[in-house]
Amino acid sequence: MRFLVLLLGLLFVASLMIGAAGVGLPAPVIFWQLRLPRGLLALLVGGGLGASGAALQGALRNPLADPGLLGISGTAALGAAIAFYWGLAAAFAPALPLAGLLGAGVGAIALLVFAGRAPTGPSLILAGIGLSAAAAALLAFALALAPNPYALAELTFWLLGGVADRTLLDCALAAPPILLGIALLISIGPGLDALSLGEETAASIGIPAEKTLRRVALGTALAAGAAAAVAGGVGFVGLAVPNLLRPWFGERPAALLLPSVVAGAVLLLAADMLVRIGVLVLPLNAEPPLGVLTALLGAPLLVVIARRMGR
Amino acid sequence: MIAARGLSVELGGCRILDGIDFAAHGGCLTALAGPNGAGKSTLLKALCGILPGLMKPDPRRVAYLAQDPRAAWRLTVEEVAFLGRIPHGDRKRDPVERALAEAGVAKLASQRIDRLSGGEVRRAMLARVFATEPEVMLLDEPTADLDPRAAFAVMGLLRAVAASGRTVVVVLHAIELALRYADRLVVLDRGRIVADAAPLVALPAAAAAFGLRFGEDGLPHLLPE
Repeated sequence: MRFLVLLLGLLFVASLMIGAAGVGLPAPVIFWQLRLPRGLLALLVGGGLGASGAALQGALRNPLADPGLLGISGTAALGAAIAFYWGLAAAFAPALPLAGLLGAGVGAIALLVFAGRAPTGPSLILAGIGLSAAAAALLAFALALAPNPYALAELTFWLLGGVADRTLLDCALAAPPILLGIALLISIGPGLDALSLGEETAASIGIPAEKTLRRVALGTALAAGAAAAVAGGVGFVGLAVPNLLRPWFGERPAALLLPSVVAGAVLLLAADMLVRIGVLVLPLNAEPPLGVLTALLGAPLLVVIARRMGR
Repeated sequence: MIAARGLSVELGGCRILDGIDFAAHGGCLTALAGPNGAGKSTLLKALCGILPGLMKPDPRRVAYLAQDPRAAWRLTVEEVAFLGRIPHGDRKRDPVERALAEAGVAKLASQRIDRLSGGEVRRAMLARVFATEPEVMLLDEPTADLDPRAAFAVMGLLRAVAASGRTVVVVLHAIELALRYADRLVVLDRGRIVADAAPLVALPAAAAAFGLRFGEDGLPHLLPE
């Protein structure tokens, strides 16, 4: 854990020092308007996704659960797409993250309604898959109706995910829900531990499964929903981080929560550093989207887990 | 003690328990026996309040061991035992170490339960119940995966726990364990209590509920029809 925190500190400082404007402490305008929001947002988004992944995997007792599974990221993206579509984002910059947050909130309410009064693992997953499918369909509809090619390109690029070119205002909008979500998810650690012995045992210990599941859904909606609202479709962080940590921290769900927050932030900062360094050293004419990089890093991990399971 | 009065439970439109009056007291090891589907497990779950619509006792006072205790993750034996402290909201070492020793798994404390035998897992789960230090233990077949030696050890331990003044209610399929260790045998059949007495006295009723004969060559036991 100490190592993770140290790594996080180093990466955060590095993220302030390295960028397109060169290596070293940049000019104040670059520092305040580019580097700092970018580093802070990577920290927040990575931490929120890491916590959501660890809590969801614990609650659903399945190492393959991912915040994207619940469809909240999808409804957040849909909200942002609608803001793009109506030109709100162009007219008023904070409209984009605000619409994303609104989408995440609506998605969370829909999820809790769809999953029933006493949600179970399968009911939550099914409701989530339904919600993602609906959000994806509506998103495709919005793309098909895009007013002009320029809006289409901008929307597509946003959906690929990233933390570049955000402002401190974006950070300020995303920080409260993400931090609140992380706090909520960490507070349900005992409920997750109790659930590892099954729903009946959890109920006998005094923490019924539906209580834990409802809080996980809410915490994930806040943390991962707000992350998607400001950073677009950054995938695989929530899925990968807890799986990467289990060999070191053990498999007890509560023991993975805080390390997953830190490691999620580490992973996203590291991926964002790779994006910046990539554009400096490779013959690319633009930075590769962060979501592309996390997916490229996450996909082999899935293969490794699949091979380990199939052995 | 733990008690239920006029307890009826319907699950999925099917009456599982029908007007049960049951009480178990401290200092007494109570065995529940009866054919499959008689309602033994349901009675245990009803007593610890995990069926919908029933009152939930304080989880620090009443601990429950499910019939098929499994862990979703590859926890260590010690981590499983620590789960027993969740109702207290602490992570005290003392009760956990005592529980590990009592359940006979102190040496396995750092082992992962996916690498243990069924009997060792069962005892790790029992350690979780002991770690709660409850006044009432409701155990659904705690000897199911145990070899005879380990089963005797666990029953002997539960006897000692009961003798120390706590209330222990155990669902048992092995009627000879009930005869040897229990103070009291409650026989259920189709959702009703058909006998509630000292094990030897309740044996004929148990035999009738199972549709078996019972014999007395040496130790009393059930015989095939």
